[in-house]
Amino acid sequence: MENIDEKDYGEYPTLSISSGLYKTELTKKFKERKNWVVPNPKKIYAIIPGTILDVYVKSGQSVKKGETLLILEAMKMQNQITMPFDGKIKKVYIQPDEVIKKQHLMIEIA
Amino acid sequence: MTLKRNIQELRKRKIEVQKGGGDKAIEKQVAMGKLTARERILAILDENSFHEYDMFVAHLARDFNMEKKVLHGDGVITGTGTIHGSPVCIYAQDFTVAGGSLGLMHARKITKIMDHALKMRVPLIGINDSGGARIQEGVNSLAGYGEIFFRNTLASGVIPQLSVILGPCAGGAVYSPALTDFVFVVENISKMFITGPSVIKTVLGEEISMEELGGARVHCETAGNAHFYAKNEQECFDQIKKLIELIPRSNTEKAKRVETKEPQKKYNIEEIVPENPRLPYDIKDVIRSITDDSDFFEIMELYAPNIVIGFGRMDGQTCGFVANQPKYLAGVLDCDSSDKAARFIRYCDSFNIPIITLEDMPGYLPGVDQEHMGVIRHGAKILYAYSEATVPKITVIIRKAYGGGYIAMNSRHLRADFVFAWPTAEIAVMGPEGAANIVFRKEIQEASDPEAMRKQKIEEYKEKFANPFVAAAQGYIDEVIEPAETRSMLLHALSVAENKSVSMPRKKHGIPPF
Repeated sequence: MENIDEKDYGEYPTLSISSGLYKTELTKKFKERKNWVVPNPKKIYAIIPGTILDVYVKSGQSVKKGETLLILEAMKMQNQITMPFDGKIKKVYIQPDEVIKKQHLMIEIA
Repeated sequence: MTLKRNIQELRKRKIEVQKGGGDKAIEKQVAMGKLTARERILAILDENSFHEYDMFVAHLARDFNMEKKVLHGDGVITGTGTIHGSPVCIYAQDFTVAGGSLGLMHARKITKIMDHALKMRVPLIGINDSGGARIQEGVNSLAGYGEIFFRNTLASGVIPQLSVILGPCAGGAVYSPALTDFVFVVENISKMFITGPSVIKTVLGEEISMEELGGARVHCETAGNAHFYAKNEQECFDQIKKLIELIPRSNTEKAKRVETKEPQKKYNIEEIVPENPRLPYDIKDVIRSITDDSDFFEIMELYAPNIVIGFGRMDGQTCGFVANQPKYLAGVLDCDSSDKAARFIRYCDSFNIPIITLEDMPGYLPGVDQEHMGVIRHGAKILYAYSEATVPKITVIIRKAYGGGYIAMNSRHLRADFVFAWPTAEIAVMGPEGAANIVFRKEIQEASDPEAMRKQKIEEYKEKFANPFVAAAQGYIDEVIEPAETRSMLLHALSVAENKSVSMPRKKHGIPPF
């Protein structure tokens, strides 16, 4: 790959596009973009911000796929959050009446 | 004698209506750093050109004690006037009258002036400064919004529609600006959002200020809902006047031609672009080295700065410029820059404005976020817009034209009328580094010094393919030109294309990848 050492452009960041290296300014949006993380199916996050109305499971409890874990009220809707597969609850991170944000970790499955 | 008395009565009534919401409300408006609706209209239009309509319209609400309330002009001023001598229809919501809230008659005044603008084929300017729907008028208020949105859509592509946000514009009201061609915002004054900070806090528990949620900067830089950012109202009015001067009155006309001027000497086209294609420069300097008097009126300056769009004149005729900007993100195409360019191309095509494309881009921005945001669908918008456009389309390839981006940036294959390339142009299926890695993979792997071999092969590839002549040999490029010839070649091409006529297959409408 080509060396970029022209002094005038020293302060510019380098961006790689298809193995080519470019001296260029970055945009705010580009710098603030989120990095991709592999989703972990054992961790159940809130898909929408809201309030926990009820929690039906405890840590250590065995739960079948499809059974309701908790009710998350958001946008005036009571959302049933269900077990994605048969398993045991490792930890419950929320309690009734708690107001949570989007992407808040609610339950972890063992 | 009764005539005299009648005239006096008329004058008295006019003076009364012109007080808007009264001294107290006006004081509040001024305290917020805002002009009144009437002051705004008078500042935008030519002196003494404003003619007001529907001054004495009164609301019909009878519930919640509304029958006792007098709302002057029902909270909106409408009429016609001229900008640089050219007629426009205009309305301004009056925040001093019931918070500029939109009731049935308020909406009817707006739709009346919209119908007028569409029928007369003149631009429509809407100044938004309103608390939103007038709750006391219930569903009639929603009906009013719907009637406005419908007309915005009918008028789209027929007459220019400008939305000026000079106060709050929240909830459903935001969709009128969103449907119009150009949205103007002013720092600390414009507030646009679907759901305000208080609702977001109570429902979602997220805390954010009005300025951070839907202020001028956010809409220009992050959301891309607004096209022109101004520090104060006067600057905003100057932008409006300049835009109106550059664009045609309707889709059946061309922009007014003015006297031609040579570009300014300080923009020397031969000294702007570094030879090394990996180094940045400001593409706007190249545009200014080409346009009449080096004038360039940029649109959406703060949003997706990796592509530049705007108007400049060539031989006195308004042209739309679409140019990759190597200064930002190496000038790549991505979701936002595709949206930005595609909409502008369609604007130019609707209003008979020739499009000049300046190309220097290494391809599409790689990344999971881009793929997941739908860069395929967004990128397709550029292809669609260029393919569909029938106005004169001219491309100048300055340096890099790699891969899919080469096709997208108004290539011959999408029916560009003229494609010129500088001798520095590299028209290739991908950049030399990536291509050499693939084509010579075996040789590189098996070499005793793979790194040295890689370098050698990249050089080989560059020598053979990173130039304009392979594409020129196929006729994909019309002419390889010297940078200094760019303006004269463009002027020539524009004059040849002046009566361009192409026919497209008959259809109701296409299905662009919205």
